[in-house]
Amino acid sequence: MRYVDEYRDPAIAMALAGQINRASTKPWVLMEVCGGQTHTLMRYGIGDLIADSVELVHGPGCPVCVTPLEMIDQAIAIAARPDTIFTSYGDMLRVPGSRRDLFQARSEGADVRIVYSPMDAVQIARANPSREVVFFGVGFETTAPANAMAVWQARRQCLTNFSMLVSHVLVPPAMRLILESPGNRVQGFIAPGHVCAIMGFREYEVLASEFHVPIVVGGFEPVDLLEAISMLVVQLESGRAEVENQYSRSVDYLGNRPAQNIMREVFTVTDRKWRGIGEIGSSGLRLRDEFSTFDAEKVFRLEPLHVEEPRECISALVLQGRCKPVQCAAFGTTCTPMHPLGAPMVSAEGACAAWYQYKRHV
Amino acid sequence: MCLAVPGRVVDLTGDDPAFRSANVDFCGIRKSINLAFTPEAVVGDYVLVHVGFAISRIDASEAHRTFAYLKSIGALSEEGYAA
Amino acid sequence: MSKLLQREELVFTCPLPVAAHDRIVLGHGSGGRLSANLLRDVFLRRFSNPVLDRLDDQAVFPIGGSQVAFTTDSFVVQPLFFPGGDIGSLAIHGTVNDLAMSGAMPLYIGAAFIVEEGLPIETLRRVAESMAVAAESAGVMIVTGDTKVVQRGKGDGVFITTTGIGIVPSGIRMSANAVRPGDVVILSGFIGDHGIAILSSREGLQFDTTILSDSAPLHGLVADMLAALPPGSDAIRCMRDPTRGGLSSTLNELADASGVGIQVVEAKIPVRDQVRGACELLGLDPMYVANEGKLVAVVAPEAADRILAAMRKHPLGTDAAIIGTAVLGNPGMVTMKTAFGSTKIVDLLPGDQLPRIC
Repeated sequence: MRYVDEYRDPAIAMALAGQINRASTKPWVLMEVCGGQTHTLMRYGIGDLIADSVELVHGPGCPVCVTPLEMIDQAIAIAARPDTIFTSYGDMLRVPGSRRDLFQARSEGADVRIVYSPMDAVQIARANPSREVVFFGVGFETTAPANAMAVWQARRQCLTNFSMLVSHVLVPPAMRLILESPGNRVQGFIAPGHVCAIMGFREYEVLASEFHVPIVVGGFEPVDLLEAISMLVVQLESGRAEVENQYSRSVDYLGNRPAQNIMREVFTVTDRKWRGIGEIGSSGLRLRDEFSTFDAEKVFRLEPLHVEEPRECISALVLQGRCKPVQCAAFGTTCTPMHPLGAPMVSAEGACAAWYQYKRHV
Repeated sequence: MCLAVPGRVVDLTGDDPAFRSANVDFCGIRKSINLAFTPEAVVGDYVLVHVGFAISRIDASEAHRTFAYLKSIGALSEEGYAA
Repeated sequence: MSKLLQREELVFTCPLPVAAHDRIVLGHGSGGRLSANLLRDVFLRRFSNPVLDRLDDQAVFPIGGSQVAFTTDSFVVQPLFFPGGDIGSLAIHGTVNDLAMSGAMPLYIGAAFIVEEGLPIETLRRVAESMAVAAESAGVMIVTGDTKVVQRGKGDGVFITTTGIGIVPSGIRMSANAVRPGDVVILSGFIGDHGIAILSSREGLQFDTTILSDSAPLHGLVADMLAALPPGSDAIRCMRDPTRGGLSSTLNELADASGVGIQVVEAKIPVRDQVRGACELLGLDPMYVANEGKLVAVVAPEAADRILAAMRKHPLGTDAAIIGTAVLGNPGMVTMKTAFGSTKIVDLLPGDQLPRIC
């Protein structure tokens, strides 16, 4: 597969690992923000190749992991309504709300369908005019334009039976929270390449200069990540704190204008609660008022909920990179992918699930 | 987050910019992909696909340039092993 | 219709996450961890006996001086007709393969049809035709059967349940618990073809591909493997066909039953480009994608080359490869050496793999 296979070349990876190990004079603490990058790092055992030079901590960049319990409960409540088709990306179906997940809702009679694209949900709405079709709009900036386009198209097609339960979150506010936290250990960031494909990387320059922290926009294959780590180590060793772009084949400075435009036309910035972390100001997106007839929270007049997360779970610390999953007393015992206590154990991309999958025996 | 996969644009369909789409090939798998965000993509280009949308056109010359460097250090290290 | 949500639907008290299922969810049928738990907690608890407890794909027991292999299987697949096969041929191949994995020569098959009211008779005719052709070419006879009709909406077109009987040649004794450290793991060909062929035609995920299901009867391949060995040899410790749950589930079952670790080498596992492409696109791992015409054999190290050579001469084994070994360490666990020299755990999935965005 072009642009994939060559970036999985073990010889290049080993060379980059050697470069990193030679360049670093002390172990640097780096965070990959994105869960997809966590998955690659774990899957290829990249941490082991550079264990003496770099400590990798895993960030909160998994939309499945950070969607709050309340939102899952709202989704389940909507899905359970008669005459409703609830559509979602596959990832969200196994995420537990406060009591159950969408799979269980389905087993109790809810019509819950997995779609590949939000446009598929619009198509289902068009084909089922007598049913309410609701799409679970989760994700980071990468997914927001696609979800925005679905709402935009639904309006253009005058669909009155389509709505979206929006739980979008944004990356830079979460990075800021991590950097501002008194216990922060992160000295450099790999910024999420696919988010930057949409947004560009202008907004990361503020973070880099304000907190004097180097940030490298990185891709998702092992060679991409090792190169990004190498670039961060070079910056750290020379005392620089700049934004650099490793993923230049897919990301440029300004990002994708048409995607940003549709995103801004349909969504506006709002405060969001992050599962495991709590409320972060201006950290998410909601539908603009002009699109309120497509907002499932308004259509179904959902009451705000407040649900406590299990106390045993230290996901807040894991998602901020302050603890490793194995430091949690529940890890691998009362908390496993079969019985997740916290969100990072749910998604294959979640930091805890990735550790459970690849590192349990170490 | 955000699984995005590179695929090659095989043919273009639709004149309406919001509905512009293409058949995109992923190792022999073909799927219709929305090109609303990559109006510049033409047949033969590689695009990065996420949830049915092309979110970026892969810059082939930039990829070539940056990969040439990676390849050179990979080759160097292999020689190093051999020596 | 009022759009106001009833407040009482949203009473949340205990914040504990999902702990146990008190109802069946689809994942219980996925061949993963949920299936294993269901089997253990509901069926084995009540049905336990020495023949069943071996948990092989078929039961083998003596009747009148012969070792009889006996199996039963149900087939529920949507769509009924898919690239490379249909529910009818699949039912025959699946049953033949379950018998063949004991080394048995399959002989007789029974088939029960649960048909949904409203199904066009022509559809059923096509299924029956396909079964007949598959049975004929596999050399088995369909000798008994049953038909029931359920109300519209209570079935999914047609479900087929089969039973199969075969005879195990004397001296052959294979079982999942016979694997020993040092044994070699052989896979008969490319993985994931069936699962991807089915997915490509599912509503919501549709994509164009020329991938065909690998659905095929494997008893001929097995016969060639046995013929390569001296009579009575125990060099083939066990065989399994990695169907639902994919190769990873089968390897986990073998490791679990034998109390050994199994270590496979990622680069040795054959995956077609198209299957890889589909898996990358949907975020799936081919190790968990279903096959219907592949087998995994765990064999004595000294016989591995001879068995592999015999497999490669058979049309269904041309791409056979040694993919790993049974090891003493990590008993019950399957591990994989990646191209980067690191090791990862190949676990059972809780339920079905889901297409993902992240």
